[in-house]
Amino acid sequence: MRNIVQVQDLHHTYLPGTPFEAVSLRGVDMEVAEREIAAIIGPTGSGKSTLIQHFNALIRPQMGKVIIDGQDLSDGNLDVRALRRDVGMVFQTPEQQLFEQYVGDDIAFGPRNSGFDATEVRRRVRKAMEMVGLGFEEFKDRLTFSLSGGEMRKVAIAGVLALEPKILILDEPTCGLDPGTSRELLCRIRELHDNQGVTIILVSHNMEDVAQLADRIYVLVDGQTVLDGTPRQIFSQPQSLRDYSLDVPQATQVMHGLRSRGREVRGDILTVCEAEEEICRCFGFAEGGGTGVT
Amino acid sequence: MMIRIENLHHTYNIGQPNAVVALRGIDLLIREGEYVVIIGRNGSGKSTLARHLNALLLPTEGDVWINNINTKDAQHLREIRHTVGMVFQVPDNQLVATVVEEDVAFGPENMGLPHAELRERVDEALLLVGMTPYRTRPPHMLSAGQKQRVAIAGIMAMRPRCLVLDEATAMLDPRGRREVLDTVRELHGNGVTVLTITHFMSEAVEGNRVIVMDQGRTAMDGPPREIFSQTEKLRDLGLDLPPVTQLAQRLHQRHPAFSGSLLTVDEIVEGLCRFPQPVEVVA
Repeated sequence: MRNIVQVQDLHHTYLPGTPFEAVSLRGVDMEVAEREIAAIIGPTGSGKSTLIQHFNALIRPQMGKVIIDGQDLSDGNLDVRALRRDVGMVFQTPEQQLFEQYVGDDIAFGPRNSGFDATEVRRRVRKAMEMVGLGFEEFKDRLTFSLSGGEMRKVAIAGVLALEPKILILDEPTCGLDPGTSRELLCRIRELHDNQGVTIILVSHNMEDVAQLADRIYVLVDGQTVLDGTPRQIFSQPQSLRDYSLDVPQATQVMHGLRSRGREVRGDILTVCEAEEEICRCFGFAEGGGTGVT
Repeated sequence: MMIRIENLHHTYNIGQPNAVVALRGIDLLIREGEYVVIIGRNGSGKSTLARHLNALLLPTEGDVWINNINTKDAQHLREIRHTVGMVFQVPDNQLVATVVEEDVAFGPENMGLPHAELRERVDEALLLVGMTPYRTRPPHMLSAGQKQRVAIAGIMAMRPRCLVLDEATAMLDPRGRREVLDTVRELHGNGVTVLTITHFMSEAVEGNRVIVMDQGRTAMDGPPREIFSQTEKLRDLGLDLPPVTQLAQRLHQRHPAFSGSLLTVDEIVEGLCRFPQPVEVVA
């Protein structure tokens, strides 16, 4: 599959040439294939937010290259409006950016500004709401600020989806959400990818979320990509991850704990279901009458 | 130190058309030395409850007593705030000075303490959160976990007997979370009463008491092992089990001799190591 996002040796320094100069990126390389779910993990201050702000040209490359869907973002003639329609950016706690009185108007803001006629705006708003699991008729006339935190976050995401982006960037999408709402939102993101073919780039401190969703993980430390690979490859290196202030999912921790006690179990386990199967296999649990995956 | 909450109701914008009922009658007793974790879905009233504990909010009905002082008693406001300290979600919003130790000194300085005692408290608080080596650094150059520990030190320098943390680990990377949790565990070990709000079920097992809130009321209240044995009820309340407990329960279903009520990675590894690994499977 072709790479829809290519980052080559990207550098970025804030306030260069001033006493407040701060180097944020020092040579990032990254490739995201079309229809892939890529996760960027890294300690606070590692440059994750600086990196993703390049993807819709909020920051232009100072050195190195960013190519999105064939367009070089260093190009002075870049059509930034078109790029921002293609690359949807959902910032951290996006519900703080809601401003319209009614849910439907807030979601319609982007498509209206893009000059679509009323029928098209309505179609897009309805579709975006359905994609995040908000019923169109039920929610379009609700007061934005009477919604729960989880509902508000869905409205904010729907507002970005209404522009029908090819690439969706999510910065800490489940941060501050309760477990039930998080679980539902992750399913919706998975559906967007599976059913709509949207390429997803996810930034997260939540290793369980990353293990569940990502096809590929990039580990960013101190402005550089230090590791990249499938979740199985990345999370089978717990010590390197801890050295980078990160961790592995709890199910993976259990497997590494067993291995350090001399038990022969796989170390590249990602989820609770996988851990269950592996432990049952290795310890001979439920021989001849297991209930299977519940 | 004791927190007593009786029939606590709170309605935001009370009497106005945009009134929102957040708490609908809470009765709670929190004793000295407890480590209480409050969980519950978004909008269940957790933060509203926490903000009543040092009179940031006052009840619209009912009463909150801190050491037998009613939080509505304006004369004792300072005493209440010195007894119960709060740490919030975003570390940057809680830092005020340009040097770590000055930041930590801000609270006790405002208490009008003599210089020698101020120095002693700041040193003690920095030691407590493991930030002594950073005392002369500018706080904005620290990692988020370190900033949060400085914020905790600033509160601890006022020597509160109760520490309330409102999602203090939500924005942190895994190491930052571990650092803050270790610090809180140590403070609790030193006798500080801890009350923390979190959406991480794996953090809820740190406490010795879990309170589940739903729609402005307490829906469940008990030790973590008891709370996390009620999977269905928790799911109905928008919550979940810690991943480790999910795994333990699944293993228990497959092999009833294995306990389903384990809460931590160490417990489950320990539990499994009591079972022999069949030789034929290994080979």
